[in-house]
Amino acid sequence: MNDGWTAYGVTLHSRLLLGTALYPSLEVMGRAVEASGAEVITVALRRQAPGSGGGRSFWDYVKGLGRRLLPNTAGCHSAREAVALAHMARELFETNWIKLEVIGDDYNLQPDPWGTVEAAAELVEAGFAVFPYCTDDLVFCKRLLEVGCQVLMPWGAPIGTGRGLLNPYALATLRERLPDVPLVVDAGLGRPSHAAMAMELGATAVLLNTAVARAGDPVAMARAFRHAVAAGREAFEAGIMPERQTASPSTPVAGTPFWHGEGRG
Amino acid sequence: MLTLTVNGETRETQARTLAELVAELGFDPGGVATAVDGAFVPRDARTHWQLAAGAVVEILAPVQGG
Repeated sequence: MNDGWTAYGVTLHSRLLLGTALYPSLEVMGRAVEASGAEVITVALRRQAPGSGGGRSFWDYVKGLGRRLLPNTAGCHSAREAVALAHMARELFETNWIKLEVIGDDYNLQPDPWGTVEAAAELVEAGFAVFPYCTDDLVFCKRLLEVGCQVLMPWGAPIGTGRGLLNPYALATLRERLPDVPLVVDAGLGRPSHAAMAMELGATAVLLNTAVARAGDPVAMARAFRHAVAAGREAFEAGIMPERQTASPSTPVAGTPFWHGEGRG
Repeated sequence: MLTLTVNGETRETQARTLAELVAELGFDPGGVATAVDGAFVPRDARTHWQLAAGAVVEILAPVQGG
């Protein structure tokens, strides 16, 4: 199944976006990106020690991977910080794509809805393609769309927890209420089955990092997620059977042997 | 001599402009992005950006991210 999806006018075929952090080495990260089939990878900006070469080796390596970059504003706690960091990222990574993170709680790394909407509005105005990291709250998501976001990145669970979809109902509701908006489930996925479930619910794509980077074999896990995402997407498109309360035989009842028509309770 | 905060650390510098500060600290000017007092300063504005005493400067480089 290779149907594409569109983010800010760019057609993508992979439905898996991959983070570049926490791998045992750059080389493993590169092979995991390859195995995942991801066309978009996330990167960040941080302070470097003076004279350290300022992240050059990482930057050169990432450029060599030839993927589209999605810089993040990880660690920002206010709209002002996130807006400044987004501008810095745009200059350095030469892209107007930005994964907007404005964190409202350090324990959960939960997005701050007010700060995220405020920053998103300002960044859209400044010409950014904003990919907002948000919760699965429908009204928060609608506000982000109102200020010009064309993609939403609702969490499955708090970043790095690997707990999967804590609220499938909310994600299904987002899909139902916002049928045409690309939904990239970002954060909290731990296993390929979590990714498959997100895709079955109608997510457009998923964004992973820790689940792949912290796996025993990140390259094999990247491949496993790639298959899971494809399976979940294909299942969504195929149309999943409705659940029912009672058993229903799959083998034909007509012609049942040893049956004399009496009820069997 | 100016006293500034650079990437969270207090520093004395001879630099007068942001471009001079970036060079003095040994950063590759094309490999970093800068902000002063919480606001982005574009690369081509650094040469003319006069540093004031007490300025809070961020000099950031690409890293792995999720």
